[in-house]
Amino acid sequence: MVDHALDRPLTVSTPVSDRMGRWVRLRQAMAAYALCTPAVVLMLALLVGPILAVMALSVTDYQLGAKSLAFIGLENYAEMFGDRVFWISLTNTMIYVAIVVPGSVLLGLGVALLIEAGDSGKTFYRAVFFLPVMATLIAMAIVWEFMLHPQFGLVNLLLKLVGIAPQNWLTDGDLALYVLATIGIWQAVGFNMVLFLAGIVSIPRFLYDAAEMDGVPSAWERFRLVTWPMLGPVTLFVVVITSIRSFQVFDTVHVLTKGGPNKATEVLLYSMYAEGFEFFRSGYAAAITVIFLVFVLLLTVVKTQLLDKKVHYQ
Amino acid sequence: MAGIDIDGITKNFGRTEVLRRVDLDIRAGEFMTLVGPSGCGKSTLLRIVAGLELQSSGSVRIADTPVDSLRPRDRDLAMVFQSYALYPHLTVGENIAVPLRMRRLKGHQRWPYLGAFMPGARGIERAIAAEVEAVAAMLDIGHLLARKPGQLSGGQRQRVALGRAMVRHPKAFLMDEPLSNLDAKLRVHMRAEIAQLHRRLGTTFIYVTHDQAEAMTMSDRIAVMMDGAVLQVASPDTVYNDPTDIRVAEFIGSPKINVLPAIVRPDGGLAVEDSVIPVEAAAPPGDPVKLAFRPEHALLADPAQAALRGRIAHVENLGSDILVHVRVGESGQPPLVVRTAPNGHRHEIGEKIGIDLSSRPPLLFGRDGKRIGVGAARRREVAHG
Repeated sequence: MVDHALDRPLTVSTPVSDRMGRWVRLRQAMAAYALCTPAVVLMLALLVGPILAVMALSVTDYQLGAKSLAFIGLENYAEMFGDRVFWISLTNTMIYVAIVVPGSVLLGLGVALLIEAGDSGKTFYRAVFFLPVMATLIAMAIVWEFMLHPQFGLVNLLLKLVGIAPQNWLTDGDLALYVLATIGIWQAVGFNMVLFLAGIVSIPRFLYDAAEMDGVPSAWERFRLVTWPMLGPVTLFVVVITSIRSFQVFDTVHVLTKGGPNKATEVLLYSMYAEGFEFFRSGYAAAITVIFLVFVLLLTVVKTQLLDKKVHYQ
Repeated sequence: MAGIDIDGITKNFGRTEVLRRVDLDIRAGEFMTLVGPSGCGKSTLLRIVAGLELQSSGSVRIADTPVDSLRPRDRDLAMVFQSYALYPHLTVGENIAVPLRMRRLKGHQRWPYLGAFMPGARGIERAIAAEVEAVAAMLDIGHLLARKPGQLSGGQRQRVALGRAMVRHPKAFLMDEPLSNLDAKLRVHMRAEIAQLHRRLGTTFIYVTHDQAEAMTMSDRIAVMMDGAVLQVASPDTVYNDPTDIRVAEFIGSPKINVLPAIVRPDGGLAVEDSVIPVEAAAPPGDPVKLAFRPEHALLADPAQAALRGRIAHVENLGSDILVHVRVGESGQPPLVVRTAPNGHRHEIGEKIGIDLSSRPPLLFGRDGKRIGVGAARRREVAHG
């Protein structure tokens, strides 16, 4: 719901002469600009500036620590698009996003619905599912490394108990990316759950009463008639946030696989890190960053331009 | 159309007793209003009838069939909520169609997109659309069917909620303060419209409100509720003129009924302030009672000849009537209100004035607040006490 009262500017009619009025308006405008300045300066310096700097860097051959740099046009981009590793990296990132987003959104929603439907232990379940969000992912990744260790890892030990052959979770090229995606889901579910919980709580009770009077035959129909549509805005937000966050996957890759084996888990942000801070090719890394930013921007545009209108029922 | 019997309903929320043994027989086709101050349990009672809330004990019968074990869906009632409770993502037409689609279409026929291609679905959907249009036309919202509730005004949303309730032809309508979110003018208008709707449909209505004016103007009968109990069930006329409890008398009517503490005198009259009123109460001498009279049942009179005397504290001119507030005695009682017709006479604040009660016997209430009889009044000249 939009508060329409705020759409109209506040107008105060004062019986001052026209010249006085202009002077007052000018002073007000000056004060307004003066008050905005710190925020604008900070925004330019901390948000817009770095992005422009990265864009500028991406058309140079700058190397970290080098004393000089030269403008090389779109050569970095040309090299990138011709590079097999970049395409592998992009594909891997896409696969990762395609698994983590639906997985963690649906699981988060499911967990939230279950918690909200229960009578007791709500706080306990909330806290438990939120733990992975609060914990540092780097530290958690190390724990996962132990758990997934081929010889003495907990996962393989458990599998052995039920008679399933142990796997080389992180060193098997066919498995590693999916293992990372699973960890990604594990980490994101709690955050999505909290957002969904907030959304569920804010659905007005009387809609469920109305649905009951209108004769919904089952819990599933009730979910479809009331819960799901009313969670539209939250779901959209959760999907966008989860997409952006899984685009940024880095910690687990860095700790667990370093992009291996044989580039099987090479992702966009890891390529950027490797190019920029291991091979010191800052210009090239900047070009990857620009591509990354384009994707994030694309997501945001899709959200605001297309989907927002569909989930806010005005 | 069906009668609804409410039989010994109690409801506790934890230790709080919200309803204490409520009995109420609602006749088929009747417009019954549950009225009372907020927190009196009237909405809870309605929700129990609807099946949205489970009673702690007692039983509800609809058309002589117990429904206590039935879900709301199977009770065949429709409800209009204070907040309208429209589904914001559905259009007006889809909102009205929900009760029909939920009942007539099978699960697979309701699937989004695919449902329409299921065998039989087309025909049912077409019949539903026709009925929705008929109801919308009846409520004068036919041109709004494609809009979303967010684009409608309060009054229009109200009509959509009514339409959603009507479309199914339920056994009875339950209305939970349906007008309280509308502005005053629209409220008066919708009041008449709902009463007309009731006449046209002939269906049983149970209407919950805290507004005694709504109760008075719309109902066949009113059930006045207070503190989880029904105090009186009667026609608006009876509730107004013949209340059985002082709380009913005070709740119904605007401006409020005038109430004065009085003592029964051994000689039969009532001692009020410094006067004696020649009314015989059916109570032992010395008993404290309450004497009450409606503002329009008293006349302003010459102080020398009237039963009660005081000074004018405030005058409200309503155009058609003038409400004169008279402060009687010194005891800090709220001023008494007398309704008079504007007759050109200007009432001055502070003016000494008398109140004549002889035109109609006042109402008397005993120590417990229950109505007590007024004996054949020995009409005498006013004695000064």
